[in-house]
Amino acid sequence: MALIETKDLYKIYDVGEAPVHALDGVTARIEPGEFVAIMGPSGSGKSTFMNIIGCLDQPTRGQYFLGGIETGRLNRDELAAIRNEKIGFVFQGFNLLPRTSALENVELPMFYRSMPQAERKKKALEALKRLGLAGREHHHPNQLSGGQQQRVAIARALVNDAPLILADEPTGNLDTKNSIEIMELMVRLNRDDHITIVLVTHEYDIAAFSRRIIHFLDGRIVSDEPNIPEKQKREDGAA
Amino acid sequence: MINIPDTLKISLRAIRINKMRSGLTMLGIIIGVGSVIAMLAVGTGASEKIKEQLSSMGTNLLLVLPGSTTSGGLRMGLGSQPTLTKDDADAVLREIPKVQEVAPVLSGAAQVVYGNQNWSTGVYGSTPGIFVVRDLSLIAGRGFTEQDVRSATKVAVLGQTVVTNLFGSANPVGQVIRIKKLPFTVIGVLAEKGQSMQGQDQDDIIYIPVTTAQKKIFGTAFPGMVRNIMVKVRNAEDLNAVETELNNLLRQRHRIGPREDNDFQVRNLADMMQMAEQSARVMTLLLGAIASVSLLVGGIGIMNIMLVSVTERTREIGIRMAVGAKTWDIRLQFIIEALTLSLMGGVIGIVLGIGGATILSALAGWTTVVSPLSILLAFGFSALVGIFFGFYPAYKASLLNPIDALRYE
Ligand SMILES: Nc1ncnc2c1ncn2[C@@H]1O[C@H](COP(=O)(O)OP(=O)(O)OP(=O)(O)O)[C@@H](O)[C@H]1O
Ligand SMILES: [Mg+2]
Repeated sequence: MALIETKDLYKIYDVGEAPVHALDGVTARIEPGEFVAIMGPSGSGKSTFMNIIGCLDQPTRGQYFLGGIETGRLNRDELAAIRNEKIGFVFQGFNLLPRTSALENVELPMFYRSMPQAERKKKALEALKRLGLAGREHHHPNQLSGGQQQRVAIARALVNDAPLILADEPTGNLDTKNSIEIMELMVRLNRDDHITIVLVTHEYDIAAFSRRIIHFLDGRIVSDEPNIPEKQKREDGAA
Repeated sequence: MINIPDTLKISLRAIRINKMRSGLTMLGIIIGVGSVIAMLAVGTGASEKIKEQLSSMGTNLLLVLPGSTTSGGLRMGLGSQPTLTKDDADAVLREIPKVQEVAPVLSGAAQVVYGNQNWSTGVYGSTPGIFVVRDLSLIAGRGFTEQDVRSATKVAVLGQTVVTNLFGSANPVGQVIRIKKLPFTVIGVLAEKGQSMQGQDQDDIIYIPVTTAQKKIFGTAFPGMVRNIMVKVRNAEDLNAVETELNNLLRQRHRIGPREDNDFQVRNLADMMQMAEQSARVMTLLLGAIASVSLLVGGIGIMNIMLVSVTERTREIGIRMAVGAKTWDIRLQFIIEALTLSLMGGVIGIVLGIGGATILSALAGWTTVVSPLSILLAFGFSALVGIFFGFYPAYKASLLNPIDALRYE
């Protein structure tokens, strides 16, 4: 069974005279364990697609099945529970709670599933340590570098053991070195933890880490091809 | 299941981050609750004081006043026509067994002189019954007796204010003072009574035998005339029965026909006191209502700040929703925040209100009583204000679309 399955998704915005077709009939399948990069020019509907498959937004028309469940039939709170348990988000702008420590930011998803404080703290500390942020637990976002903030956000996405990570331009605000580090982390999560990853990027260097690249144009999928990851290519070439 | 203690922690942090703003918002509630507490304390104090005076005056008192007589179709005011006599008083005591004691009173103002000191005061002519009826106690000398009344002796019992003004600290007993130029021997001094409910000095008074007052000081329109008769009833339950018997007896004595109006009136002091108490209660309510308006204004302040807070923190709400916050998680977060603000304000307001009441009673000399009920009321009310005015902003926040909240700028 596909993890993500969309059937003829439309998202139409009514602003001004002409309605904008942000999504114009998108049908896609993503299987568990895939690592997909979504590319396309600005305004082609990438973020709109991500928000809908992240249950943050609803399509104007069409169906979306997440793990076989039709999300259109769910109410607000059921969607909130799905976001909490099934999806980890990584955003371009990090989206951490301001004036709140890294630790508490990572604890947040567990907070909303009513996990006891002690267990929450233990798991959050583990996740932060795994991302190389030991010693930064009590820093607030404004006391962390961009790369560190994005790693806190990834720790938050991982901490509920969600099977799916959605990342909308996760490296958009980072320099090359930090971008590569984040992408290598994503690759490990996908390979070792079997987490399905869908990420949006403008850069081929970033998309190169994925195993499948989908191109969007004007709200439609214009190409969908497998990709051999950069590293693997190098290894193959060396062999 | 929603995690209240942790939600409370989030709210406390939000309040702490905006100390100044939270403080100003709370100020509205503080002033509201504080003034409710203080005003209720003033009102309750007033009615407590009335109650206290009621019991100090004796609850079992009836007052007989000369009543309105109709003469030639003209209705005369109360007390305009003297109709009561000392004999009426004696008859009341004799004929109505439920009456413990009576005191006919003939009073007026008079100039009193001792040596080169002089003082204008109220002179009350009465019988020894007055000491029982008015619950007077002596701190020096003795009161006058039936014998004094029979022989109309010129003896006087003085209140504390008179003593102070005429004698200073010297002992007045045995001295001779002049009332309207007539010499009177001081035979006793009364214990201090303090102010009456109307703020009158109850110690600025001289008691003399009623016969002396009638014959030598004030004179009478007809023999034995008194201004009023005070009647003390043995048991409070008998007040109404005695009132009826008094009416019958006096009608009979005054030869009033079945279709004629009384020429006297019986007043129940307890009833009068209750009326005064009633008006004090109305005052309490009024003060409380005015103070509640400021509490309402404080509540609107909370709502205002919560609306600002929701708008400011739209992105935060979006982030919380993205990681799984449900409708009531968001609602409770903001309701608890509003509730915390209003309850903190409420507690501080209660403390300040109690302080204010204490200061008021110290400075203005008012009796103030902070009742536990008013504290409970203020606390409950500020909680209600928090929930009521916190709900709308919380409701608004919880209905945001997650993506719109996240994208909010
Ligand atoms: N809330 C909105 N109201 C109106 N139009 C919108 C809204 N959100 C997106 N759009 C429009 O939908 C289209 C797709 O936007 P989307 O954000 O999905 O693009 P994108 O592919 O993510 O672009 P970028 O690479 O610049 O992030 C754009 O034309 C945009 O103007
Ligand atoms: Mg985008």
